[in-house]
Amino acid sequence: MNRYLAILLTFARACLVRDMTFRANFLLECVTSLGWMSMNLAFYLLVFTYTAEIGKGTGWSKEPFFAFVATGLIINSIVQAFFMPSAEELTEMVRTGGLDAVLVQPLDAQFLVSMHRIDFSSFANGAVGVGLLAWAVSRMDHAPPPVAWALYPLLIVCGVAILYGLVIMLAAATILMGRNQSLYDFWFYLTNFSRYPAEIYSGPWGGPLRMICTFVIPILLVVNVPARVIAQPFTGESWGGVAAAVIAAAASLVVSRIVFQRALARYRSASS
Amino acid sequence: MSGGFEAIRPPGQLQGLRTWWTMLKISLEERLVYRGDFVLGTLMRFLPIVTQVFLWTAVFSATNRGDIAGYSRNDIVAYYLLTMLTRAFSSMPGLATSIARSVRDGSVKKFLIQPVDYVSFLLAARVAHKLVYYAVAVVPFGAVFLLCRGYFPPPPDATTIAAFLLSLALSFLLGFFMEATLGMLGFWFMEVSSIVFGYMLVQYLLSGHMFPIDLLAGVPTGLAGVSLADVVHWLPFEYTAYFSAAVWLGKVQGAQLAWSLGIEAAWVVVMAVACRVAWRRGTRRYSAFGG
Repeated sequence: MNRYLAILLTFARACLVRDMTFRANFLLECVTSLGWMSMNLAFYLLVFTYTAEIGKGTGWSKEPFFAFVATGLIINSIVQAFFMPSAEELTEMVRTGGLDAVLVQPLDAQFLVSMHRIDFSSFANGAVGVGLLAWAVSRMDHAPPPVAWALYPLLIVCGVAILYGLVIMLAAATILMGRNQSLYDFWFYLTNFSRYPAEIYSGPWGGPLRMICTFVIPILLVVNVPARVIAQPFTGESWGGVAAAVIAAAASLVVSRIVFQRALARYRSASS
Repeated sequence: MSGGFEAIRPPGQLQGLRTWWTMLKISLEERLVYRGDFVLGTLMRFLPIVTQVFLWTAVFSATNRGDIAGYSRNDIVAYYLLTMLTRAFSSMPGLATSIARSVRDGSVKKFLIQPVDYVSFLLAARVAHKLVYYAVAVVPFGAVFLLCRGYFPPPPDATTIAAFLLSLALSFLLGFFMEATLGMLGFWFMEVSSIVFGYMLVQYLLSGHMFPIDLLAGVPTGLAGVSLADVVHWLPFEYTAYFSAAVWLGKVQGAQLAWSLGIEAAWVVVMAVACRVAWRRGTRRYSAFGG
């Protein structure tokens, strides 16, 4: 474990050195992601000029909703920084046979495939997320109890783990199919569902969608559970969500590991 | 003998058309290779709208108002679907970056020595791209629109439909010339990706892709009696998403409709001229070395 941590730190150092070599590009990437984020925040502010809350009686008024958005920013920035850059390179590695070089290393292939590149500019959104969370929580009617603050980091980790499981399954699909750009687009569109409180998915179409996105692909637990713990009154029912997030995270990690190993077993090198 | 020679040599005008037709045909064949990917990609692009529909339904359930900025819940859903249609005409994925790349890697020089006009070639390629796109996308678009027909108001009158179609055609030209002009900046900057990104950001926000521009009617600009929506109506961006949708939904009518179509047409002319000027000036300062 210590060895893997040391290697991860080496990767991080190398990526940081690379980013700092092209400082203007690094700053531009930070500005880029901050630009998109600001635009979304502006949209939500505009929505709240027309309504007091998102969904009648859901409790997602302006401040709790922005705490929700902040939680999403933090989780997504971690996933974008640690896992997505490596996963995006995988398609090319499978196509060119570069994956062979990974497989002959005396290291776990999943670790190498998913964590060899770290994108530090993605932390910019996470930093804004932390600031936004502090602002939103300080303005909420009720202060989160200590237990909520204690659970929040754990649930953030669970959210990251669920998304990581999804990334790994897509990586497995890449290995099997050779190329799956559409599936990566699908990942983007799928995570789109996690951007809003689960309560908005109601009615004859929303109900089943909420079920699928909670129990089949637990994308709705990613942001909703930690955000609910911190931004809504903490009650006995909150523990149900916490348990669900922990189970979903563990299941995502285990299932994705199995799927990835099976995909690797069927990998045929593309290099000569 | 000389008569025969003249017979096999078509007049200049016809030759031009034939070149254009060949460029169109090549691009059509190129695009049809990836038709399966097209259908899947098109269907997936509707997914963000699903979340928008639920979001706005939740917003409407929490307010007692029947409409927001003149839009009912159904209008908003229809609006988002219609902007998808407008974007299918006005969006030009990869156009600016491919022009800048051709400048950077030197491949643009073949258009300087061949009797083929680069802008016309790009336009023909885009028309072909779009034709293939519509031929394949009509299935997912048709299915989604049929499924969501309940959200749409009754079809508008013939004049509105004609204005809608005209606005779509103009949005294609506007989108093309705006992106092409951006790409031509490659003659000066080499790398235009950050400029393109800035453009995309502004475009996404001000085109109405994210929300109907009418929502900005209450946002002040600091100038007395002038809202942010008033400013946006004068810019070219809303004609690439908002405008056509608003026309179909009857949000722009009568003299206002004619006036807005005029502004859109004027922007097409302005951007076409800007594109030409950028091409002329760019090629004048361009230097290519080696083979």
